[in-house]
Amino acid sequence: MAMISCQDISFAYESNIVLSAVNFDIEEGSYISILGENGSGKSTLIKGLLGLQKPIKGKINISETLKNSDIGYMPQTNAVQKDFPASVYEVVLSGRLNNLGIRPFYRKQDRENALSNMEFLNIIDIKDCCFRELSGGQQQRALLARALCAAHKLLILDEPSSGLDPLVSDDLYQLIKNINLKQKIAIVMVSHDIDRAVEYSDYILHLQNKQLFFGTAADYLKSDIGKIFMGGRK
Amino acid sequence: MIELLSEMFSYTFLVRAVIVGFLVSICASLLGVSLVLKRYSMIGDGLSHVGFGSLAIASALNLAPLAVSIPVVVAAAFILLRISENSKIKGDASIALMSTSAMAIGVIVISMTTGLTTDVCNYMFGSILAMSENDVYLSVVLSIIVLILFIVFYNKIFAVTFDENFSRATGVQAGIYNMLIALLTAITIVLGMRMMGALLISSLIIFPSLTSMRLCKTFKSVIICSVFVSVLCFFIGVIISYLYAAPTGASIVGINIIAFCAFSLASMIKNKKGGVL
Repeated sequence: MAMISCQDISFAYESNIVLSAVNFDIEEGSYISILGENGSGKSTLIKGLLGLQKPIKGKINISETLKNSDIGYMPQTNAVQKDFPASVYEVVLSGRLNNLGIRPFYRKQDRENALSNMEFLNIIDIKDCCFRELSGGQQQRALLARALCAAHKLLILDEPSSGLDPLVSDDLYQLIKNINLKQKIAIVMVSHDIDRAVEYSDYILHLQNKQLFFGTAADYLKSDIGKIFMGGRK
Repeated sequence: MIELLSEMFSYTFLVRAVIVGFLVSICASLLGVSLVLKRYSMIGDGLSHVGFGSLAIASALNLAPLAVSIPVVVAAAFILLRISENSKIKGDASIALMSTSAMAIGVIVISMTTGLTTDVCNYMFGSILAMSENDVYLSVVLSIIVLILFIVFYNKIFAVTFDENFSRATGVQAGIYNMLIALLTAITIVLGMRMMGALLISSLIIFPSLTSMRLCKTFKSVIICSVFVSVLCFFIGVIISYLYAAPTGASIVGINIIAFCAFSLASMIKNKKGGVL
């Protein structure tokens, strides 16, 4: 059974419909890329999946086994305050907050989990550095580590590679694929990078204020819309 | 120095003021870090004006000032939060609306009843003589509650301050913690207001955290540093105000300005050195 099933959902801001009639399922352990141009409703859909924005029509069915505290989320870095005084460790550890429940303080296992995620993402040696003084790539990694601390079944990423140079973003895609394969965490990722989305993900959801395509990456390549957007490159 | 302190503390009213001021300084500096980073600095200012309005009404009706203003200011804090989250009037504008309205109502009530007495003047600019014994007990109990709640919810307050959407998305009840911050701020402001004055209390919230953010790089160190800065500035301010018969609130703010400049300078020097090395 699907973890999240979207049935004919539409979103609007003050009666301006930004996204309509979207239908797709997120299966356990799957990897979905959401493609589309700027303003096509990608980030709105992400907000909907996270429960930050209510659809005006349709239904998002969330399976009973998926709790809010199983979801990790990595926002666009420009959504995070750039001048915030916090160490990398403090930021990453705050991802464990949803595991605390009503307990006020972190336990040993929370700290260990945060440290191991930082090790996995290769930011352990900058753990005491100030978040606002990091480079763009390091900030992305710190936010990804935080998202990993929170994610048990589903990781939602909003343009994780924006503003990164190609080499660093290659790394990031590889890391995300590893997370998907090794930790069996489902990935939903908004991306601008059609080539990499097709290369790494199982499913493609293409939006243009409505749903243009949903299906496997292989089918996307064969579809008309896929051919147009890939521009005959493959 | 010791003579001076023992002379000062032979006055009961000063002892009361120092006890309450010490606790309020700690609470204000703790909450200030979160408020400044959430871009809510003006909430302190807005709430203190509401506090002024409610104090004016309380004194006109001959009611206990703290008992009236705490619930009123807490309610105002909740309304401000709701408005800045939902409505089309943006946060800063709604704060300005509310604070001027409350001020106007306060002034009208005063002019219709008592007129501009020293009491009213004290509400505006603060006075350490304003504390009665009962006020002190209430203030001590409330500020200790604020302190305990802040420590217990420290990790949650950090997460909600750093990235509210992330907290919401991963199943943390961000709304509740925002309300908690507003509640604690409201209480702190009312407690500190009568010593610092309605016009100056928000400096107690903003200055220490901004000062320590010049030099400190992590959230925890900013919090700890601003507590020390706040308490130190408070004590020096009180001593100066005693020595030169200057208004207490203004003296404390004056010391805070000096501390802020000193920290800014230190951070500039540090950055320059870092650039050269």
